[in-house]
Amino acid sequence: MSAADQNFLANDMQVSDVAVEGSGDVLAGVMAEYDNVDDVYAAAEKVRDAGYSRWDVHSPFPIHGIERAMAIRPTLVPWICLIGGLTGMSIGLGLTIWTMGPSIPEAGVFSGYPYFESGKPLLSLPQFIPPIFELTILLAAFSAGLGMLVLNALPMLYNPLFKSARFRRVTDDRFFVVIDATDPVFDEEVTTELLKGTRPLSLEFVVD
Amino acid sequence: MSTIDTSSDPAHLRGYDRSDEFYVEEAGPPPLPFEERNREVDNTWDDPTRRAPLVVNHRTFRDVTDTVTDFTLSRPDWPWILGFLTCATITGLCLFGCITYLFLTGVGVWGNNVPAAWGWPIVNFVFWVGIGHAGTLISAILFLLRQDWRTSINRFAEAMTIFAVACAAIYPGIHVGRPWLAFWLFPYPNQMALWPQFRSPLMWDVFAVGTYASVSALFWYVGMVPDLATLRDRCRNRIGQVAYGILSLGWNGSSRHWYRFEKMYLLLAALATPLVLSVHSVVSFDFAVSQLPGWHTTIFPPYFVAGAVYGGFAMVLTLAIPARAWFGLKGLITLRHIDNMCKVMLTTGLIVAYAYLMEYFIAWYSGVHYEMFAFWNRAFGNYAWAAWTMITCNVFIPQILWFKSVRRNVLLVMVAAMSINIGMWFERFVIIITSLTRDYLPSSWGDFTPTWVDATLFFGTFGFFLMNMLLFVKFGPMIAMAEVKTVMPIAHRGHGRHGSDQPDRHDDIERASTGADYHPAESI
Repeated sequence: MSAADQNFLANDMQVSDVAVEGSGDVLAGVMAEYDNVDDVYAAAEKVRDAGYSRWDVHSPFPIHGIERAMAIRPTLVPWICLIGGLTGMSIGLGLTIWTMGPSIPEAGVFSGYPYFESGKPLLSLPQFIPPIFELTILLAAFSAGLGMLVLNALPMLYNPLFKSARFRRVTDDRFFVVIDATDPVFDEEVTTELLKGTRPLSLEFVVD
Repeated sequence: MSTIDTSSDPAHLRGYDRSDEFYVEEAGPPPLPFEERNREVDNTWDDPTRRAPLVVNHRTFRDVTDTVTDFTLSRPDWPWILGFLTCATITGLCLFGCITYLFLTGVGVWGNNVPAAWGWPIVNFVFWVGIGHAGTLISAILFLLRQDWRTSINRFAEAMTIFAVACAAIYPGIHVGRPWLAFWLFPYPNQMALWPQFRSPLMWDVFAVGTYASVSALFWYVGMVPDLATLRDRCRNRIGQVAYGILSLGWNGSSRHWYRFEKMYLLLAALATPLVLSVHSVVSFDFAVSQLPGWHTTIFPPYFVAGAVYGGFAMVLTLAIPARAWFGLKGLITLRHIDNMCKVMLTTGLIVAYAYLMEYFIAWYSGVHYEMFAFWNRAFGNYAWAAWTMITCNVFIPQILWFKSVRRNVLLVMVAAMSINIGMWFERFVIIITSLTRDYLPSSWGDFTPTWVDATLFFGTFGFFLMNMLLFVKFGPMIAMAEVKTVMPIAHRGHGRHGSDQPDRHDDIERASTGADYHPAESI
C-alpha cells in the first residue's frame, strides 16, 4: 500500500489499520470527499438529521444555503461589530470633547483642555463629527474582522486535516464532510456507514 | 458518477494518481489549456431575458484556480522581471531620490510659492486618493448592490486602492515642511499641552485617510485569506508554502468559518460604503470650508466623490486591460466586465460634467464678483489651457463610450481611460492652482511653475504604484478565486451532478458560456 493510500478506508478497515503502530496516533474523525455542491449539500442534511454536532463541511467557496443544511446558529460577529463601533464612537466623542471642549475644573486630570480657536464654540459638535465618525468606522471594521478570526479560532497553527493529501483540494475544487471523533454521537462503524451512504468520492480516517 | 462504490478497491475510485504523495492529481479529463481559457467571448448582449455568464471558457472550479494561480506559482517571466526592475529603479531614483533631496534641502526645491502654497504635492495627493475610491466602490458598494460581476475585478481594484492611498499618503507627510514632526498630526498627550485642531478639515483628513487606508487594507487582506490558502495548497516550493501558510492563517474552508466570514464581509462592505463616501467628501472640505473663490462651494463633496470614482474606474481599466491580455484573464474579466465598467465611468463622468456646468451656473447666479471672476479666469485666464485640457479629457473624449462598438473595443476603451486619467489630474490642478494664484486682491496674485523635482517625484509615485501592482500580481491571488467560483453556474445546487432531475434554473448561463444557440422559450 503506497503512502497516499494509507488513510483510504476500505469496507473492512479499522482505525488500527491506518494508524501507524506505536506512534500514538488516534482517530480524529472521518472525512468524506465530494466533487459537487449537490452531493455535499445532501450529505450535510443527512449528517445534520443524524444528530451530529461536531462536524463540518469544507468547501472552496461559501455554499449558498449550507447554513440551513448544517443548522449553523447565527454568529456573534454583528454584535462584536456593534460593540466595536459604539466603543469607537465613545472614544471619538471623548477625545474631541476632552481635548477641545469646555473644561471641568472639578474633574482633576480629566478636566480637559478648553481650546478656543477661530471664534468657534468650545463644544462645536458638528465639527467634531468627522473624527467621531471615522473612529466609529475604524473600530467597527476591525472588530468585525478580528471578531471573525477569533470566533473561527484563526490563526490555527495545527490541524490534523492538513495531513491528508486529498484535503489540499478543499481550496480548489473539492468538498469535504468531516465528522469529528469527539462528537457524542460518533461511532466508528455507524458514522462510516452513514457517510458511505452519501455517495462520496472517497472516504478517509483523519488520524491525529 | 451516480454510483460511487467506496468498497474494497480504492484504485477503481475515479482516477487518483497515487504516485505523488504530496500532491494528488486527478487523472480525469485534462484541464483546459491556457489558450482555451483565454479566448475572447462576446457576452455583452443587452437582452435582459438572457442571463449573461460572468465567467466564460471556464467549465470547472479547477480551471478558475489554474487561471488565477498559474502566473503566481510559476517562475517569473522576462516581461515581469524587466517591468519590475524598471519600476523599482524609478521608485528608487525618482521617488526616494527626490524625497531625500527634498529633506536635505527643503520645500523650496518645489515650485510651491506664495500664493500657490499647496502646489503639486496637494494636486497629486488628491489625484491618488481619488484613484483609490474605485477599489472600495467595487468591493463594497457593488457588493451591497449585488453586482456579481464585481468578483472578477474586486481584488485587483482593492490592491490598486491600497497602493494608490500609499502614494497619496507620501505627499502630506513630505509637504508639512518639517517632516520629522509629521507625527504632530496625531493626537497624543504631550508636555506642550497641545492637541490637533479637531475643528479643522485638515485634521478630519488625517482621520478620514488614515481610517480609509486601514479599513481598505483589512478588507483586502481578510478577503484574500481563502485565496492565500489556495496558493498554500498549490505551491510546491517550500518557502512559498511557509509564507502562504502563515498568511492564510490556517484557513481550511470550513462552512462554519465561511458563514462568519460572509457576515463579516457584509459588515465590512456596509461600513466601507459610508467610509469611502466620507473620504473624498472630507478631502473636498479641505477646499470647500476655506473662503477662496472657486473652492467655497457646497457642490464639492458629491462632485469630488463622483470624480474620484470616475478617475478610479479609469485606472482600474488602465490596469485591467493589459493584465487580462498578459495573464490570460479574458475568461474571467470578460468583455461584459469592461462594458459594465465603461458604463459606470460614463455615468460618473456625466455627474462630473454636470458639476462643472453647475459650478459655472452658480458662479453666475450668485452674482458674487469674486466667484464670477474665478470662473471666468478658469476658462480664459492664466491657466485656461489646463482647464480646457480638463474639459476635453473628462467631458468630450469619454463620450465615445456611448457607443457599444467602442465599449467592446479594448483599445478605444484604453484611450478613453487614459484620457480620463489625464483629465482627472488636470481637474485637481485647475481647482488648486487657478484659485490660489488669482484670489481676491490683484496685489497678491502670482503664478505657479512646477520644478523638475515636482515632476520627477510625481513620476516616481507611478513607479512605486506599478512596482507594488507587479509584486502583488506575482505573489498574491490577483483575482478573488473563491468569489468568482460562487458566481459560476456549477456553484449552485442542481448543477454539478450529472443526470440530476432537479430543475436547472441557470440553464441559459451554461448554454451561453458554451456558445450554444439560445432559444428563449426553453429558458422558463
